[in-house]
Amino acid sequence: MTDTPLLELRNITKSFGSVQALAGVDFEVRKGEVMALVGDNGAGKSTLVKCVAGTHEADGGQIFFDGQEVHIHGPKDAARLGIEVVYQDLALCDNLDVVQNMYLGRELNRFQILEEATMEQQTAKTLKSLAVTTIRSVRQPVATLSGGQRQSVAVAKAVQWNSKLVLLDEPTAALGVAQTEQVLALVRRLGEQGLAVVLISHNLNDVFETADRITVLRLGKSVGVFERRNTTQQAIVEAITFGAPAKAVEE
Amino acid sequence: MTSADVIGQDKRPPVDPEEELPGGFAGLRARAWLNLRTGNLGPAPIIVGLAVTVAIFGLTATNFFTATNFANLITESAGTAMLAYGVVFVLLLGEIDLSIGYLAGIGALIVAELQLPGSSWQMNGILAMLIAVIVCALIGGFQGSIVAYVGVPSFVVTLGGFLIWQGVILNKLEQRGTIIIQDRWINYTDSYFFSHWIGWVIAAIVTALYPISVLYKAITARGTHIAQVNPVIFAARAGGLAIVAFGIVGISNHAKVITTSLGLPLAGVILVVFLILLTFLARWTTFGRHVYAVGGNAEAARRAGINVPRIRVLVFMISGATAGIGGIIFAAQVNSVALTFPPGNLLLNAIASAVIGGVSLFGGRGEVRGALLGAVLIGTLQNGLNTLNVSNGWIYIITGLVLLFAVTLDTFAVRLQKRSGR
Repeated sequence: MTDTPLLELRNITKSFGSVQALAGVDFEVRKGEVMALVGDNGAGKSTLVKCVAGTHEADGGQIFFDGQEVHIHGPKDAARLGIEVVYQDLALCDNLDVVQNMYLGRELNRFQILEEATMEQQTAKTLKSLAVTTIRSVRQPVATLSGGQRQSVAVAKAVQWNSKLVLLDEPTAALGVAQTEQVLALVRRLGEQGLAVVLISHNLNDVFETADRITVLRLGKSVGVFERRNTTQQAIVEAITFGAPAKAVEE
Repeated sequence: MTSADVIGQDKRPPVDPEEELPGGFAGLRARAWLNLRTGNLGPAPIIVGLAVTVAIFGLTATNFFTATNFANLITESAGTAMLAYGVVFVLLLGEIDLSIGYLAGIGALIVAELQLPGSSWQMNGILAMLIAVIVCALIGGFQGSIVAYVGVPSFVVTLGGFLIWQGVILNKLEQRGTIIIQDRWINYTDSYFFSHWIGWVIAAIVTALYPISVLYKAITARGTHIAQVNPVIFAARAGGLAIVAFGIVGISNHAKVITTSLGLPLAGVILVVFLILLTFLARWTTFGRHVYAVGGNAEAARRAGINVPRIRVLVFMISGATAGIGGIIFAAQVNSVALTFPPGNLLLNAIASAVIGGVSLFGGRGEVRGALLGAVLIGTLQNGLNTLNVSNGWIYIITGLVLLFAVTLDTFAVRLQKRSGR
């Protein structure tokens, strides 16, 4: 784990009409770390992710990626930097198989003719490297997978592209206990493999099981950054609900 | 954190993704069970349906099982099948195109006008057909762009097209009644028959295509799932294809009009060529993959960076082009374009063909070959009932019941697939 952040946000603001969704957010995530982003509904978690992913453009503030200031105007800019997002409502096509979904929109082709063999081999390799072992066949339609397996495919799809930063928006929201474990294990593995991971979650149990550090957002502002090892769920809940005094922040 | 691999397990034991179903007959049973359980029936129901239909008519109708009637069946079904090919792509997107019946009429009208002997613009029939198909594709693309960029539902846009193109045909033909087509190239599309030995050569080429494609995959995709084919299934498919191809040519070669011997109809070859081309487009190209993706989950496709409106426009262009080609074939069948065009229930028969052929109305599921099988089933049904002197009313009723049955089966298949995904 290096100390210079891979992604650093300074004083990010974003308004929708008269509603200020982000009122000056500072945020950072380092390589090889799982940073959780928590906060109540409307705290600005999703908006922040969308600003990084290029779905929204921030009104003000600075974004630094790998030490360089960058401007993210659209999803393509984000993808070029190596930023991938796994959305809450899985962006998978049920009718397509695992391989087809992994390469959706970026199919390997020669003169527009699909290179199925290479795509299949690469998919198997990616899944293996992430220890996703429960998928019976990479040629199985996604419709026949369980919720956990589907989420695993969505995550694998995001890391397939030499991405450096993966943002996960509520990856366990719709999953059962065993499947949640499966996905959280996968999230930890991403961090172990040196990626920077941002995990957005409502579920503090999930957060405490996976995250290295926790950023709390409240009313469009960052309340504080907590080391998981040195904090408790109680402290986080207080920060989420009331905001925390600055001295409680650990750096 | 280190025990990730243990935690990562589902209830089921982990299976190596490389592992495949066992080979030979044991694998066959396992695969059949898996497909049945997951609602992945493929073309099986329609092939069974076709076999049953043929058997019933063979036993009851005296002049159904004749070589000449068989050749008729091909030339009669060709136009519908051509339209149904386009319908497959539109349905794959989860859209509908109601304009194709009269768009086929526009295609026929354009070739009829352009070949008109004595007119200042008279041109070669091949050029006329090319222009007609391009115009129909552009019309389809125009309708598709209203769907894709403006966001008007395809049902409404193409319903508008349905009325507009019907009106154009009425305006054009109300005074003149019928335009006779004399150009031989145009008429050949539904009335040219290959000589016997060329028919056999074509059968041999078509038969060879399947093993060649399997071999190609086995070489280029060594060690992957797509390269694996169960030898029993391979033998059954290759054998079945050979029987069908040589059977069609063999029977067609016995067809006669009075004393003139016919042969394999060009219309049948056109159908097979487009079947291969469009299947290639749907299954082997990025465009085809994107069509399935948009039909499966348009939002996911958009997020994956696929230009969804562009795909929609192109699909409606395909639908327009196949309608134009189908229209030309229909015009060639009667060597003219009349006010009564399109014949019968062309639009509904074309959509029914695709649906009976297993193309889902909900988008994302289906194959081009399904349209051909569906059109052949409908053609056989209507041809057989005709030879039995069944009234038109009953022909519609029976076609409708078959359609209803096919869609019900499809809905069950979708439900099974959802359930197997838990």
